[in-house]
Amino acid sequence: MELFDNLALGFSTAFTLTNLFYCLIGTILGTAVGVLPGLGPLATIAMLLPATFALPPVTALIMLSGIYYGAQYGGSTTAILVNLPGESSSIVTALDGYAMARNGEAGKALATAALGSFFAGCAATLLLALFAPPLAVVALTFGPAEYFSLMVLGLVASVVLANGSVLKAVGMIVLGLLLGLIGLDVNSGIPRFTFGMPQLYDGVNFVVVAMGVFGLGEIIHNLEQGAARSIISRKIGELMPTRADLKRIVAPVLRGTFLGSALGILPGGGAMLASFAAYALEKKVSPNRAQFGKGAIEGVAAPEAANNAGAQTSFVPMLTLGIPSNPVMALMVGAMVIQGIQPGPAVLTEQPTLFWGIVASMWIGNVFLVLLNLPLIGLWARMIMVPYHYLFPTILVFCAIGVFSLSNSTFDIVLMVGFGFFGYLCAKLGMEPAPMLLGFIIGPMMEEYLRRALLLSRSDPMVFLQRPISAAMLAIAALLLVLVLLPSLQKKRAEAFQE
Amino acid sequence: MNSKAPGRIAGSKDLWSGLIFIAFGLLAMALARGYAMGHAGRMGPGYFPTALGGVLACIGLVLIVQAVLSSGEVITGFAWRKAALVLVASGLFGVTVEGLGLAPSTALLVMISGLASEQFRLWRFLALAVGLSAFSVLTFITLLSLPIPAFGPWLGF
Repeated sequence: MELFDNLALGFSTAFTLTNLFYCLIGTILGTAVGVLPGLGPLATIAMLLPATFALPPVTALIMLSGIYYGAQYGGSTTAILVNLPGESSSIVTALDGYAMARNGEAGKALATAALGSFFAGCAATLLLALFAPPLAVVALTFGPAEYFSLMVLGLVASVVLANGSVLKAVGMIVLGLLLGLIGLDVNSGIPRFTFGMPQLYDGVNFVVVAMGVFGLGEIIHNLEQGAARSIISRKIGELMPTRADLKRIVAPVLRGTFLGSALGILPGGGAMLASFAAYALEKKVSPNRAQFGKGAIEGVAAPEAANNAGAQTSFVPMLTLGIPSNPVMALMVGAMVIQGIQPGPAVLTEQPTLFWGIVASMWIGNVFLVLLNLPLIGLWARMIMVPYHYLFPTILVFCAIGVFSLSNSTFDIVLMVGFGFFGYLCAKLGMEPAPMLLGFIIGPMMEEYLRRALLLSRSDPMVFLQRPISAAMLAIAALLLVLVLLPSLQKKRAEAFQE
Repeated sequence: MNSKAPGRIAGSKDLWSGLIFIAFGLLAMALARGYAMGHAGRMGPGYFPTALGGVLACIGLVLIVQAVLSSGEVITGFAWRKAALVLVASGLFGVTVEGLGLAPSTALLVMISGLASEQFRLWRFLALAVGLSAFSVLTFITLLSLPIPAFGPWLGF
């Protein structure tokens, strides 16, 4: 079977000493930032990007992916022990996880989260290996029109599934697309929006944008909230779930894995949406639904399985189509481009070791995570107590050095400060910065495909509707936008995010 | 929730978001006037930015109309002092890192940004500053060999 050959290739790539080492580093870092509230995988990956330039592409991506799915494990620890989600994807885990901890079952909740995540991680890796190649084959037939429509669909979907005002999110995407155009125009060589500054000819580095908005902006916002943290030290209790517990979590984990994998593949999906949806589903179908919110083990198992599955399957559109479905994936695209790899369907055929190496490393990373999380849980629990006022100067130091080292330029730091201020402004005005980053990455690609599509069709815009795949994608995008703007559904959506 | 008080509109999140979008949209369109437009079949460098700027300005306009018609959320007070400390500290790092060197710049960054926290204690933050300076010199200069001096020319090195 081809699949086994491919996986064998992947494992032989991932099982070198260097790659195992960086996979371990990535998962440790991921767990750490997942545990620490106020520091997420997005900012961490942005901070570490400059440090990965010197690594080979596979190694760099193995480590960076480890941070993302590792954070899904770590986030649950904080949610369960102190009722403070370390990650946005662990918000729902806090509901029943913390209730279990109050009942003296913290250890059981942590073990359930880890085991659920492990199963989901393994299953999602397999799904990724199964579904990515056929998708890449389909993607190879795509012309510029299909790519343009796919990007429109991806951007629209990311808005629909995101929290907050739809209109503002669309605005932020367009703003991001415009920011992405800064620099020399590829076709004409004319500098655009550079204000005569040669430092901007290559465009704004997306690390600068990400660190400014998600690093500095978030820090100011957190400081403003006066992050008061109530630390309640409590015994973790018995770790292993009983046989009866295991029986109770089998179905929720399976449902969570399935739902999470499906939602992860969708453009705009990912870990957070997956966990919310899985919890909502479990609350409807579980035979123990009366116990939800009071410490139901199902309420921990399902969302934790789902967020890990979603985190991993969100690599599918990035690796096969080259289109990021969430901001973390946008950073991954950036990392690949810096390494000289253009993400897209060609990666699978031209760089099979890269693709299968990453897939295999995810499985290995999941093994690491279970080993890291269960026996070392006491260590992670102690890490939650690092107060934010020591954490934020540390994050600032990494942001500043990271940005400076991109090209040894003070200009980049000043730019980061500017984006930091803008990020804070956005937080105050209820404008989500994540869609902006997505637009920023996609901007130049989108213009290029639009140009090519219209050049080929001799400026006939109907080309987007005449090609069936392109038309279908645009129709879905339009439908989504109409649905989400309808007032009656807007209410329902608000309720869904309230839960 | 139907308040027509003037303060409500003036502090509306939607209103200000709309104004920001319009400002950026118009700026983009104005700057793009300097680039060749071309036409759809052969787009010049000005085509896509002009279109995007127009869309952005329209979105801003709708947001403003929304803000005027219905009272939305109101902006809460800004933490100007904290924001300024964090931003100035970061900017200063960029200005001083080559002159003063990595170690003093890192320490400055920690001390100045630390003032933004209510939990600022001089000695503890000095300890943090020294620790982080040593750590960053070790990691970034010794291990990753970044071309920055640990102590720079301004200090006579």
